[in-house]
Amino acid sequence: MTARILLLHGAVIVALFLAQYVASDYAVLTLTRIMVLAVYALGYNILFGYAGLLSLGHAMFFATGLYAAALGVTRLGMAVPEAFLFAAVCGVIVSFVTGLIVLRASGVAFMIVTLMFSQAAFLTVLYFGDITRGDEGIVIKDDQRVFPVFGHAVNLADLLVRYNIALAFLALAMFLCLAVVRSRIGHVLVAIRENENRTAMLGYDVKRYKLIAFVLSGSFAALAGASYALLFAYAGSTLASIQYSIHPLLWTLLGGAATVLGPVLGTALMFLLVDFASGFTSASLLFVGVVLILLVLFFPKGILGTIRQRWLRWLP
Amino acid sequence: MTALLETRGLSKSFGGLKAVSDVSFAIDKGEVRAVIGPNGAGKTTFVSLISGRIAPSAGTILFEGDDVTPLPAFRRVQKGIAYTFQITSIYQNLSVAENVALAAHQPGGRASLEPLARVGLADRAGQIAGTLAYGHQRLLEVAMGLALKPKLLILDEPTQGLSDAEIDNFIGLVREVAKDATVLLIEHNMPLVMELAHRITVLDRGAILAEGTPEEVHANAAVQAAYLGTG
Repeated sequence: MTARILLLHGAVIVALFLAQYVASDYAVLTLTRIMVLAVYALGYNILFGYAGLLSLGHAMFFATGLYAAALGVTRLGMAVPEAFLFAAVCGVIVSFVTGLIVLRASGVAFMIVTLMFSQAAFLTVLYFGDITRGDEGIVIKDDQRVFPVFGHAVNLADLLVRYNIALAFLALAMFLCLAVVRSRIGHVLVAIRENENRTAMLGYDVKRYKLIAFVLSGSFAALAGASYALLFAYAGSTLASIQYSIHPLLWTLLGGAATVLGPVLGTALMFLLVDFASGFTSASLLFVGVVLILLVLFFPKGILGTIRQRWLRWLP
Repeated sequence: MTALLETRGLSKSFGGLKAVSDVSFAIDKGEVRAVIGPNGAGKTTFVSLISGRIAPSAGTILFEGDDVTPLPAFRRVQKGIAYTFQITSIYQNLSVAENVALAAHQPGGRASLEPLARVGLADRAGQIAGTLAYGHQRLLEVAMGLALKPKLLILDEPTQGLSDAEIDNFIGLVREVAKDATVLLIEHNMPLVMELAHRITVLDRGAILAEGTPEEVHANAAVQAAYLGTG
């Protein structure tokens, strides 16, 4: 990995670390949320940006992590770290099995099939309302959010503890993502996106690589879902709805698909945009819509995609 | 000498149409074999069956004595059957060097530029492949085939759309390649085939009509009839 790439991504993490000393409580909370959801977008981008597979069903994996963690803590008596691990395992299993089935389709059919699976998962959440508590959601009690690490009690209700855990998690996800896209796998995924037939005829097992991308992407989503549930003490069915499948797509498109920092930037900007717009109009989504249309018209590769194309060719 | 590739009773039907019917064919190691035939004779279907891009309706394919019929295309490539597309299929948005690196199974790495040098594109390694002239894109396609270091290189109408000068270069290139690989050439350009091929197989309506040295095939009345339509 070249020095400037490490430097750039390291600088983003350092800036986010320093932000906690100047930001208001409200800003810290917003940033925490952004960082957790940015992990979701980072994972989405592996599949969409690099492998070129547009899934409309990632809410299903986000919800897998979300409910695995929330139910692990509230029903199965797990401590927070155990619940997180449990959610990770569930995420890998669910995305692997789903991937085996949905990757038989491609193009528009792939979008529809992933959407169907995700809607089925959403309806399942509602159907088992006695366990998942539907819209109302599961709330994790404060005493369940305290866990010991090397003798110290970590309390997830604390604003700054939460912030730094989310930051560490984002940093880990970002560097893992960098490692993946710069590895052999990352390059083969781009080759598949650019020309799938050719890639198969060069002797690459295209199905296997797509499955790897799918499981990585689904697992990132599940881990983001698990952190969301554990950090914000809540798991509700809205978070499993189609909106949460569309969000990571929009964030990725805004920031720049197939750039590592793009999804992070896109997530942050979209949050700020909604926040800003809702300050003076109740139709904030209309505002977001206009911005997206302008984006597609003038920056079809997203912000960082355009910057890379024009100026910084080395951007991963 | 044992055959490098052999097909036994190979057939493929698309609905009621028998595109390839009961073709038994063998190609020896080190040979340059041309497959010719009128449009719609089943040439491309035949090589698609060999490369594994489509599955046969019946018959078996043996490569180096092993049955490769059930293997997917990418496994056959790994075994040494390389296929270059009739319609240029390169990575348009990637650099020429990355195209070859992918073919050499060193994605993102620094692959040897030797295959590019062999087709005369070494000085264009840094260029984005889609910006190459058409003739150069064809050559890149061949370079990717070479980078795979195949035992059998299938060239599907490689000179389509090339200028006469480019075709002359191409003849030299295939001779070079044939020193260490077996070449299966699908081609319409008869002077080229006559010059390059050791043996020629003529397909007509999905079946083998004739097979032999260029001289034998040239003299064959049935071949002339199929091509001239007087049969």
